Amino acid sequence: MKALVAVKRVVDFNVKVRVKADGSGLDIGNVKMSMNPFDECAIEEAVRLKEAGKINEIVAVSLGEKKCEDVLRTALAMGADRAIHVETDEELDSRAVSKILQKIVEKEQPQIILLGKQAIDDDANQTAQRLAALLNAPQATFASKVEVNNDEIVVTREIDGGVETLALKLPAVISADLRLNEPRFVKLPNLMAAKKKTLEKQSIEDLNVDISGSLKTVSVAEPKARQAGVKVANVSELIEKLAAANAI
Amino acid sequence: MTVLIVAEHNGKQLATATLNAITAAQKLGEVHVLVAGSDCLNLVEQVSKINGVAKVLHADAPHFAELLAEEIAPLVVSLAAPYTHLVAAASAFGKNIMPRVAALLDCSQVSDLTEIVDEKTFVRPIYAGNAFVTVQSDEPKLVLTIRASAFSAAVSGSQNAPIEAVMATPAQDLSRFVGRELTASDRPELTQARVVVSGGRAFGSAEQFDALLTPLADTLGAAIGASRAAVDAEYAPNDMQVGQTGKIVAPELYFAIGISGAIQHTAGMQDSKIIVAINKDPDAQIFNVADFGIVGDLFEIVPELTKQLQNR
Repeated sequence: MKALVAVKRVVDFNVKVRVKADGSGLDIGNVKMSMNPFDECAIEEAVRLKEAGKINEIVAVSLGEKKCEDVLRTALAMGADRAIHVETDEELDSRAVSKILQKIVEKEQPQIILLGKQAIDDDANQTAQRLAALLNAPQATFASKVEVNNDEIVVTREIDGGVETLALKLPAVISADLRLNEPRFVKLPNLMAAKKKTLEKQSIEDLNVDISGSLKTVSVAEPKARQAGVKVANVSELIEKLAAANAI
Repeated sequence: MTVLIVAEHNGKQLATATLNAITAAQKLGEVHVLVAGSDCLNLVEQVSKINGVAKVLHADAPHFAELLAEEIAPLVVSLAAPYTHLVAAASAFGKNIMPRVAALLDCSQVSDLTEIVDEKTFVRPIYAGNAFVTVQSDEPKLVLTIRASAFSAAVSGSQNAPIEAVMATPAQDLSRFVGRELTASDRPELTQARVVVSGGRAFGSAEQFDALLTPLADTLGAAIGASRAAVDAEYAPNDMQVGQTGKIVAPELYFAIGISGAIQHTAGMQDSKIIVAINKDPDAQIFNVADFGIVGDLFEIVPELTKQLQNR
């Protein structure tokens, strides 16, 4: 069985991003970039399934500028067997990404397709669901546990108020929640070995995908700042303040 | 403009987040609500009484009972033709189903919007709420998910919107529902509570988390929330998590206790009306968003706070 895992290069989760003064976008020219944390969980799960003998090949895919190679090398170092980079300088939203991934899936024919539940830059939480729709495949979003049986995959997913378990026919699309697993650290020798693994380049033109029709960004603004608060000395003073504000 | 809202429910009751979505959708035009389910006529009648609902579409079939994305998305698509906007709350339900609908219709989705500027223009948070982007689309049809905490809940009145039975789409048979385990709680629902008390890693154990926060929450009639660190340490179940990847709350009063205030947490609570922080580290980031802060040991402050509130 083959697994395909989609990974995105995003601003590192520890970085506090700043809005550009002219409101045209975010100032992310020189900030640290990393693999989207949810995608790390997706790769980790694929590697664990391979270690358990459930799958025999893992293909990592990333879309975007040349530097996306970094996250693909990380995926390879974590245990992916080969990588595909769809290189483009275009801004891609979930709609475009899912259409490109559809083409890759049709070519590679994986039985399990793993993604992160959302990217921490645009927080859209759409790509996995869209891809599943385009493939007419079942989906299990926000997965916290994955078990592969012969012809179906049993996934526990996080919902409001608890968890639910679904059994999906294969091929299936799964989006990883943070609690799915704890991604392994990449060791230096693995990173060196990953340089020898295949990293295939693809272009949007070759894949023949129409990625027009994204949402237009009108402006980007800072969130409304909260007014500076006060520190109080003790509990009585806190209760007085809360009572004065009619909060209790 | 006519809007179709996809209702979230458990067969008996409408999810409160859908009520918030109904309020938001009224800014766009006439609101129709789709209730898909199995044997839930009572619920359909409840929905017809909600102020602002012009029509209820009712689809009844056994394969709609668990609201699986594979079954609900084709149904929504089959009804989509007359609508300009297809809307759900940005809950686990809406996030799961609506992008599937959007892809089947090949249209854009605006996720988790916090403001409707006009029928083509919307504001939504990105980068864990560190920025708000205004997006626009000229597409004839758009899918929207609504951040419930940004809109008030619609209320029920005395009217009876017409109920129209719609044809069920055939079962897709791609996925099978196995089971569901819900966390039992008598407390107000986290995203709807007027007061939320949240705890972090500083509690040290699940026992102390419960022993300190439960009496405080009981006294205040509050829901209990948790930071990701507290959830990962298994002090609290994961559906209590407040933050970018958990629930987004905006109560009247939010207590952040033993929580450092990483952006992933504040993304989920920074729209609360009043924020109180209790932390022993005077430099903790949480104090930057708190209206009132106390620097000190939560193991002393929380019982004292509970006691003083009980004596009021």
